[in-house]
Amino acid sequence: MSTPTSSPATAERAALVRAVAEQHREVRGPLLPVLHELISEFGYVDPADVPVVADVLNLSAAEVHGVVSFYHDFRTTPPPPHVVALCRGEACQAVGAQALYDDARASDRLGEAEVQQVFCLGNCALGPSGLVDGALHGRLSPERLAELTRGWGG
Amino acid sequence: MTTVYVPGDASAVAVGADEVAAAFAELVDVTVVRTGSRGLLWAEPLVELEVDGVRLGFANVEPGEVGSVLDGSLERLEGRFLGVVDDHPWLAPQRRVTAARVGVVDPASIADYEAHGGWSGLRRALGLSPAEVVAEVTESGLRGRGGAGFPAGVKWKTVLETPAEQKFVACNFDEGDSGTFADRMVVEGDPFTLVEGMTIAAHAVGATEGYVYVRSEYPHAIAALRRAIEAAYTHGFLGDDVAGSGMRFDLHVRVGAGAYICGEESSMLESLEGKRGEVRAKPPIPAIAGLFGQPTAVNNVLTLCTVPMILADGGAAYAELGTGRSRGTQLFQLAGNVARGGLVELPFGVTLRELLEDYAGGTRTGRPIRAVQVGGPLGAYLSPEQFDLPMDYEAFAEAGAMVGHGGIVVFDDSVDMARMARFAMEFCSLESCGKCTPCRVGSVRGVETLDRIIAGDDVAANLVLLDDLCETMTKGSLCAMGGLTPMPVQSAIRHFPEDFDRSPATPEGAVR
Repeated sequence: MSTPTSSPATAERAALVRAVAEQHREVRGPLLPVLHELISEFGYVDPADVPVVADVLNLSAAEVHGVVSFYHDFRTTPPPPHVVALCRGEACQAVGAQALYDDARASDRLGEAEVQQVFCLGNCALGPSGLVDGALHGRLSPERLAELTRGWGG
Repeated sequence: MTTVYVPGDASAVAVGADEVAAAFAELVDVTVVRTGSRGLLWAEPLVELEVDGVRLGFANVEPGEVGSVLDGSLERLEGRFLGVVDDHPWLAPQRRVTAARVGVVDPASIADYEAHGGWSGLRRALGLSPAEVVAEVTESGLRGRGGAGFPAGVKWKTVLETPAEQKFVACNFDEGDSGTFADRMVVEGDPFTLVEGMTIAAHAVGATEGYVYVRSEYPHAIAALRRAIEAAYTHGFLGDDVAGSGMRFDLHVRVGAGAYICGEESSMLESLEGKRGEVRAKPPIPAIAGLFGQPTAVNNVLTLCTVPMILADGGAAYAELGTGRSRGTQLFQLAGNVARGGLVELPFGVTLRELLEDYAGGTRTGRPIRAVQVGGPLGAYLSPEQFDLPMDYEAFAEAGAMVGHGGIVVFDDSVDMARMARFAMEFCSLESCGKCTPCRVGSVRGVETLDRIIAGDDVAANLVLLDDLCETMTKGSLCAMGGLTPMPVQSAIRHFPEDFDRSPATPEGAVR
């Protein structure tokens, strides 16, 4: 974990993070709701946010860091311009998800986009399933994925 | 004014339902109602047109076809007109109890819910003592629909009889098993049922606070549930005077963060408390020391969504359905390589073959079915010789398999079962919470051993090693994740040994 610096941008962010944490302080088990809100606010949880959240919620920085690092949703780096999340669950594998995933990972057509694997989006009857910038799509094929991500390569 | 019903269900949206709804909304004299899905996911977007009080269905409608739905020209297209949806041969033989309103009602309308029998279970429950409600649920024979199949009435009785200042009801809506989507469909299509079921549970066990733990992968369900809870507060079905009874019950939604293990009940409780989702050693069981150490009734979505019907119609009526000790109905989910995937609710006792042939209609690719995984990623792989097994907790357990949450994932004859066995171990290695060694380390060693088998490296010896490893995981893991991962692995080896008989020369055997 990096040590927080005290640049003006960091101070401004720290104040916002503190405000978010304070909003949830009174609910039971507030840490996940706080982290979710930081993700929706900033797109990621910066390591420098950890001690601020810990201070407001009266937790140790280690406890907060432990939670951030446990869950897939709490990324600690700024999000890329686009994200494709493809399901590799069994039901989607039964209709070709592995090839779709391997193809997307190998493709340079997606530019700066991040290709992630996920395990089940609850669309198991109409796979292969995936999220393209957060929107759920079913019956995906390499062609359909190319259509949905047109222009991403630059 | 013409009324059309277009599902807002996530699966329907994934294949274009929002665009279809938008196209209808542009027409004059058309009212669009966004419902859940009827469960015929193979026909989505499935548009229903109300004519003389009955709803006619149109399958796989595209935005450019909305005009031909209204003028009747789509009726002439082969396979696209479904007739009266309630009478459709895929739907009519089903026994909809838990999912009775899904796809029928407007999930955003509390008035529609009440008009379709909503709140009658709660009203009856509030006139009974907590012990009487527990007795009714016990009589119904309802067992936990999350997969473990523990009798719901017994669990509730324990919570009721454990004295505490504060008790909780917690709904496990972390439906992470591949091949399962019934929780999602029921909540998206009929969210008030969950609110009602949890309120009845709270009355039965003496809880004043409830939490729904829903996975973050389900944004449509989260939105539907939050909207329903808000409406329930506004109309006095939640809060400090539930339905005028003086009972207090507050219900909160908490969103998970992408950890499969949080579907395990003790991990879920840890996560609700704001911690890493690591499993707890049992005992104590959550019914005695659960959320924040207090007695907690932890139930799956479908268990809780079945409770209102049990209270409304009586436990005996529900217990009349089913077979053996598996009473009532199960919501089977047909997934993977199927021609007709979707939600099929039938009494326990239906055979796997009936579901695969009569409902799924074989594979989507048209090739023969080779393997079926029942009960999620921790469930066994079954071969066609086992398709006459009845869907029944005990019959499946006897066959070394599990009904689980009712998810059925179909594979055609192109499947490589050694790869699927490897995937089971890989999944466990990625999603293990890390607390116990058999699961955390065993799954990694399992992947390595299967890689050697797939590469044709000393196969016989590695299969013995793998079997030994599976035994350690089964017996030594803290929870079902490590304890059941061997089930798909060993069943694959048992029923499809030819896929593990690799020779080093096979180019296919190259490890990625």
